[in-house]
Amino acid sequence: MNVRIVETLVGFFVLLFFVAMFILAMKVSNLASFSGTGGYTVSAYFENVGGLKRRAPVAAGGVRVGQVTGISYNTDTYKALVTIKINEQFDKFPTDTSASIFTSGLLGEQYVGLSPGGLDDYLADGDEIDLTQSALVLEKLIGNFLTSK
Amino acid sequence: MFNAARSMGEWTLAVLETLGRASVFLAQTLLGMGAAVRRFSLVIKQVYASGVRTLSIVLVSGLFVGMVLALQGYNTLVQFGAEESLGVVVALTLVRELGPVVAGLLFAGRAGSALTAEIGLMKSTEQLSGLEMMAVDPFQRIFAPRLLAGFLALPMLAAMFTAVGVLGGHLVAVDLLSVDAGVFWSRMQGAVGFYTDVLSGLLKAVVFGFVVTWIAIFEGWDCVPTPEGVANATTRTVVKSSLAVLGLDFVMTAVMFTV
Repeated sequence: MNVRIVETLVGFFVLLFFVAMFILAMKVSNLASFSGTGGYTVSAYFENVGGLKRRAPVAAGGVRVGQVTGISYNTDTYKALVTIKINEQFDKFPTDTSASIFTSGLLGEQYVGLSPGGLDDYLADGDEIDLTQSALVLEKLIGNFLTSK
Repeated sequence: MFNAARSMGEWTLAVLETLGRASVFLAQTLLGMGAAVRRFSLVIKQVYASGVRTLSIVLVSGLFVGMVLALQGYNTLVQFGAEESLGVVVALTLVRELGPVVAGLLFAGRAGSALTAEIGLMKSTEQLSGLEMMAVDPFQRIFAPRLLAGFLALPMLAAMFTAVGVLGGHLVAVDLLSVDAGVFWSRMQGAVGFYTDVLSGLLKAVVFGFVVTWIAIFEGWDCVPTPEGVANATTRTVVKSSLAVLGLDFVMTAVMFTV
């Protein structure tokens, strides 16, 4: 076969590969949104994080504004430490913003919901959210319900 | 009793000997890689032969695998009212497992067998000896470009398979089963990581491309130079490389995704 045709077809083949990688990066995976750079990190201590996982969404008013970047346990305070990365365009959360762990739907994944406070100072990189509300643990709830009768 | 032990030993020695020859063959081919890179037009020709000509079957299979995944996943998920997670199921299955593995199996069947038959025929018609007579190193001229081409082509095919599969899943989920398109994509993006999932899947495909091509050209070079020998070598290529793909996939999944 003509060398030129072969080379052209291989060129299209490579092009198609780049299109596929673009789809995989931008549409299928989360490279486009919240990809390491841009944004600031805040932390929050929770009594119980329930089934919260890394990369879980962080929402304010139901709109995704960031994601959970890490979950660990602090043996000094005996609380779970959740680090949250908020996208840089949402940089005007007051310092008395509260964080709660919610479940989307009955069996859905858990996410962190932020409710803005009223102060004039804004959260910056490395700040800590003091007002937190733990995850609703279904087993505990059912246990309370059974023993209260 | 002694006969059984003897045949066992004979078999073990034969396997070890083949492994040794395959390793020496690989080392010689890798030494010829520099020459292949310098004459890159040879590699491009092989990318055409093993990559571009496998494209149609890979794209069609990817589309259908994605569509069937969406259909089957929907049947199970809808019982739990979790059909929004359909995108996650389709994408993770394709990106992590089916993309590299099915593309690897198709590549072994379509391109690997052709490579073995081509090189086996070169050997039986003494073209390889002819090249050596003319002081052309067949490792540099024949084997290294083919190994490099397979190494490059399979990851590309796997990425295309995965992308087309996700689009096929979208076609069935959104257009046929009327899952909400926004939820389909956003849940998928929430669950699939580019580095942890997409690049790990691609790494699998790189390893499969290398191993399948290695087996294919080694079997061709190692075959008995008769029509029957070439036929047997082609069969062995497909069997061995399919087993290698599935076995390595398990090992790599265990290492990559169970932390």
